Amino acid sequence: MGWALAVQGAAGAISPSLPPELREPRLATLRRCLDLGAAALRAGRHALDVVELVVRELENCPHFNAGRGSVLTADGTVEMEASIMEGRTLRCGAVVGLSTVVNPISLARVLMEKTPVIYLAFDGAEAFARDQGVETKHPSYFITQDNIERLRQEKEANKLQSTKGQSPQEIPSPTDGNSRIGTVGCVAVDAAGNLASATSTGGHANKMAGRIGDTPIVGAGTYANALCAVSTTGMGEDIIRYTVARDVAAVMEHRGLPLRDAAVRVVAGMPRDTVGLVAVSATGEVCMAYNTIGMFRACATEAGHTEVGIWTDDVDANGESVSIRL
Amino acid sequence: MGWALALHGGAGDIPRSLPTERREPRLATLRRCLDLGAAALRAGRPALDVVELVVRELEDCPHFNAGRGSVLTADGTVEMEAAVMEGATLRCGAVSGVSTVVNPVSLARLVMEKTPHIYLAFHGAETFAREQGVETKDPSHFITKDNIERLRQAKEANRVQIDYTQPMKGQSPQETKAPVDDNSQTGTVGCVAIDAAGNLATATSTGGLVNKMPGRIGDTPLVGAGTYANAICAVSATGKGEEIIRRTVARDVAALMEHCGLPLRDAAARVVAGTPRGTTGLVAVSGAGEVCMAHNTTGMFRACATEGGYAEVGIWTDEADGNGASVSIGL
Repeated sequence: MGWALAVQGAAGAISPSLPPELREPRLATLRRCLDLGAAALRAGRHALDVVELVVRELENCPHFNAGRGSVLTADGTVEMEASIMEGRTLRCGAVVGLSTVVNPISLARVLMEKTPVIYLAFDGAEAFARDQGVETKHPSYFITQDNIERLRQEKEANKLQSTKGQSPQEIPSPTDGNSRIGTVGCVAVDAAGNLASATSTGGHANKMAGRIGDTPIVGAGTYANALCAVSTTGMGEDIIRYTVARDVAAVMEHRGLPLRDAAVRVVAGMPRDTVGLVAVSATGEVCMAYNTIGMFRACATEAGHTEVGIWTDDVDANGESVSIRL
Repeated sequence: MGWALALHGGAGDIPRSLPTERREPRLATLRRCLDLGAAALRAGRPALDVVELVVRELEDCPHFNAGRGSVLTADGTVEMEAAVMEGATLRCGAVSGVSTVVNPVSLARLVMEKTPHIYLAFHGAETFAREQGVETKDPSHFITKDNIERLRQAKEANRVQIDYTQPMKGQSPQETKAPVDDNSQTGTVGCVAIDAAGNLATATSTGGLVNKMPGRIGDTPLVGAGTYANAICAVSATGKGEEIIRRTVARDVAALMEHCGLPLRDAAARVVAGTPRGTTGLVAVSGAGEVCMAHNTTGMFRACATEGGYAEVGIWTDEADGNGASVSIGL
């Protein structure tokens, strides 16, 4: 059995023609996160610590849509959200609408551990951050040129307005090959069999201010219980209505399916091009499944399997892949 | 089969000693809502319309913790939240942190129908409300004397009160002082329905927990926790928000029915029994027309009616005013 770890840096319409200068820095970060997470697990760290430290790394990396590098709202601002969950106890914490907190995932953890509250948002969450003395920076810190450009393109495409209900599939991919959506996440089972999941994001480019996605919603973007830990990415609204993360665990429990089959069943039941997830189970299974063009991902197990990739034909693995594209 | 409807006005440690003047107005509102909902269903209105109109009535009633009459945050303000969900399509809408919107459940429905999003909160939700021209009032409209008093007591007791909490045993004397009117106006309101065409829908609305941290979101607006509907059933939950969230209560009822083939009653009983005592209540209807109202609290303000003619209104389990075999389960 042993420990296992999986990391995601977004699923979506990631064009196979994504140039190396946009691909390599992200893959390098995924590899670095994998190494950090694996080292922590080897050192006997608790799964909760591991998923938090990995997601912090991803939040700090400006190439991913979380923390610094978050996509912008329609108002040109950053509203970050994150959640964390511990499988054994069902303890969880979620924060929403953050604009100055450097590591939203850590604030979610502090909320979980220091208060009876699970979910805290906007001004209240920012006030809590200050009370707790977590690291904060001026909102401009989080805004990158890439995201200013991405917002400009979105507005130009003018497809996602508050009064229209156009299907996201109708929106053309941005010219830089980057997805307008994205999330980062990590799931882990440690040497003692503890499961944990953590997910963080800036949300949806050009989203209405105040829009909350799946990432901070327990059961949608993040879930962990005694059976498995799941972190999802993709079209937030679809992930919410299909309660994706919860369903993987429910299918395992009630249908007795192994992790892989449960993940496939859930992802296959979603509309095309809407979802990706990484998951680990209490018995050390790992699965990375998606029904989009690609998903930035990586995983490692104590037994020595490692895998890093975006699509299915580029996977850098030292054994049979645990990735499934539907 | 036919239509069916169930609604609640909050589950919690509702004392049996609740005086008549605190009990009757709520029961009267529940009966009125039941009649309104049943009449709409008889007239062929879709389930989504019905749950919205019933919850609007409950929001407008100052005796329930939703809309006007919402409990207050630690800052003495009102932060309301609500959600709706349509079973056949899985369409849903939710709002949190609204402070001027007279009917949060209707704003949630507008998020669902007029935006590509599901969930809007705080400033963004308030801005959207103004863009949509929904009815808004000064925040003071929502604040009642009872809730100002309740907040004062909660701060004095320095504990967060959940639905209809009575003094907890084993605590120091100053903490066990009962609220002056022995009536915790905390709770949630909600309604589930299946219409004549077999469509399921659910809606839930609340002011949250007394003395909550500003910005605290509970289970009500979280799809799968306090509110959920799919083709199998529609559920609206009430109680201790954090427990309902971590246990994805509303979603689990449907999952048990689907994966384990349980009838609604058994699925609801199992889910509620799986939460800590005193934390959870729910009302639910299924695609097959079953109705269930289950709680593991002392009581739950509730009512239901079916096309078959069954109707029930009650708070506890032994006084439920029903004209047949009760569909209520007290665990």
